[in-house]
Amino acid sequence: MSLLLQDVTKSYREPGGRVLPVLSIEKYELVQGEQAVLVGSSGGGKTTLLNIISGILLPDSGKVVIDGRNIVEMPEAIRDRYRAIRIGIVFQTFNLLPAFTALENVLLGMSFSGRKVDRPFAENLLQRVGLAHRLNHSPSKMSVGEQQRVAVARALANKPVLLLADEPTANVDSDNQSLILNLIRDTCRENNVTLLMVTHSPEVAGAFSRVDRLRDFNRVVAGRKQEVSK
Amino acid sequence: MNLFTIAWKSVRQRRLASGLTALSIALGVMLMVLVLVISGAVEQAFGQRSIGYQLLVGPKGSDLQLVLSAVYRIQPPIENLPYMYYEQLKKDRRVQVAVPLAFGDVTEVGGFPIVGTTAEYFEHPYAPERKFRMRGKQIVQLFDAIVGAEVARFNNWDVGSQFSIKHGGADSEDVHDEKFTVVAVLEATGTANDRTVFLNLEGFYAIEGHEKPIDEAEKRLRDFYASEPDVLDNAIAQLEEYRRHQAESASAPEDHAHEHEKTPVAMKEVTAILVRTRSDFDAINLQSDLKKGFQAMAVNPIAPINRLMTNVLGNVQKALVVLTGMIILVSGISIFVSIYNSMSDRKKEIGIMRALGAQRTSVFAIVLAESAVLCFGGGVIGWLLGHGIAVVASPTVSMKTGLLLNPWAVNPWEFVLFPVMLILAVLVGFLPGMTAYKTNVADALQS
Repeated sequence: MSLLLQDVTKSYREPGGRVLPVLSIEKYELVQGEQAVLVGSSGGGKTTLLNIISGILLPDSGKVVIDGRNIVEMPEAIRDRYRAIRIGIVFQTFNLLPAFTALENVLLGMSFSGRKVDRPFAENLLQRVGLAHRLNHSPSKMSVGEQQRVAVARALANKPVLLLADEPTANVDSDNQSLILNLIRDTCRENNVTLLMVTHSPEVAGAFSRVDRLRDFNRVVAGRKQEVSK
Repeated sequence: MNLFTIAWKSVRQRRLASGLTALSIALGVMLMVLVLVISGAVEQAFGQRSIGYQLLVGPKGSDLQLVLSAVYRIQPPIENLPYMYYEQLKKDRRVQVAVPLAFGDVTEVGGFPIVGTTAEYFEHPYAPERKFRMRGKQIVQLFDAIVGAEVARFNNWDVGSQFSIKHGGADSEDVHDEKFTVVAVLEATGTANDRTVFLNLEGFYAIEGHEKPIDEAEKRLRDFYASEPDVLDNAIAQLEEYRRHQAESASAPEDHAHEHEKTPVAMKEVTAILVRTRSDFDAINLQSDLKKGFQAMAVNPIAPINRLMTNVLGNVQKALVVLTGMIILVSGISIFVSIYNSMSDRKKEIGIMRALGAQRTSVFAIVLAESAVLCFGGGVIGWLLGHGIAVVASPTVSMKTGLLLNPWAVNPWEFVLFPVMLILAVLVGFLPGMTAYKTNVADALQS
């Protein structure tokens, strides 16, 4: 099992003190190498769910098991390191660091893993996403599609077991959309990486054989504030 | 990619803000280095805390100026004393050694002070139990010269080198025609002698233009010896004789007109006289006697400098060091403000790094490293600028003040400077670092 969420709940406290429930998931799982797309309405908790899976946020309760280990129980520093090594993240807005070149952005992901930085592997990744000629270019000098390809290469830099992609094609044109989508899916398939992609796009969702609707397994009704019944 | 590389990238990305904050540190450190270099030069110039003579005799005036000009050679002389007075003093039963000094000119190259004296100057210790050692021979010929170690080094002079001198101070353009020959080079003494050129006193008098007009000399002698008619009569008689010879020379045929006319003693002057008495009591006694008169004064050659260093210069130096220290501190605060202000802009950047797996301590360390890069980098630039300016300004400062700057001499306090810069970096980087440490990753990624 690559990813398992069990009895996961998450709520936020509003400024007035009221508790706003966002997630209540009894069980959600993905097997190693599986590719799934997650769809749901805006504000439904998709990004919160990705943050919990990646260990950026902690759930109020429940287990988040990645590659056999419950990251909720880990001390923060260990969880950070675990995220660096086991989980790759592709953001909607790419989130490349502007001070670094394409290659350095990929190396940066490696350098936080605690492992030795593998420069040839980073170069190879960029080559595989078609950016061999753009290694030393800064993100500001690259097109939107190229930036997202760098982001994909960075997410795969530490050979993760799980790749989380948060609407990775939302900001690119249709040509780049299919290119990036195929790139992510193909590289995940080649490396047996489990993929969970969040999207609003029916086109993107249609490309996946497994489409999960958040409302189908989240007991909190999206967009409505209500108390969680414990 | 280590944390310093990441920090450096971030510094480079904000190159204008980073450059300006590093520059403020650099300017602070540069000022500090300049203060230390000048302090070192002052310390070296006034480092001589003892001299081989009990008294320094010179015209009435400021004791400090007399000492600065005669011992440290960084001020113009006050006035001159008649050479006859030197001869009288030498005969005083309390005086064991009296060495005449005449000065006021400088070398054409380097602007080093010229002192006319006698061979006796080099035969007696310049400081208690410290004798001159030289390579070469004593002053014998009229235009022989002995040069201090620093003069020889700076001008690349050795025995046999020839040089010219300028009348008056370093700003003067009036170069004397006479050429002087180096007959000896002194070993370094750590005193003003190192940057002095010594001429034969008789040669000093023989330099064209050094002789006062006879009428002016007569007036001076009449004032000086008003209470000693016998001495005055003798002096006036010498001047009359000299006046007559001058008139005869002027009317003589062309081939006799340029014959050297020996300057009479009454026309000669000395600027100061170094005196060693037979006993300390004699020194006090002589000093007291001269104080009562109006012709000359005798001062302890070191006391005025000790007074100056303790009461004025020492405190000024400390004040300058404190002031420049405060400038560096203010520069440190500007680095703090710069980094702290950038933190809100960099919230997302920190969030991204944390999402990529950077630990809280890592982002804290990156911000501290940025602060260290700015403080340390600014410090190194400032250190180089400070010494660089000292190199450029050294000749001018030496010419204008007589202080010999050693631009690359590292003051021991400079070794403290860099650890202090690192401590400053930690202090100014701490709060911004904590802001990075506490960054909420999920919020930062949404920002």
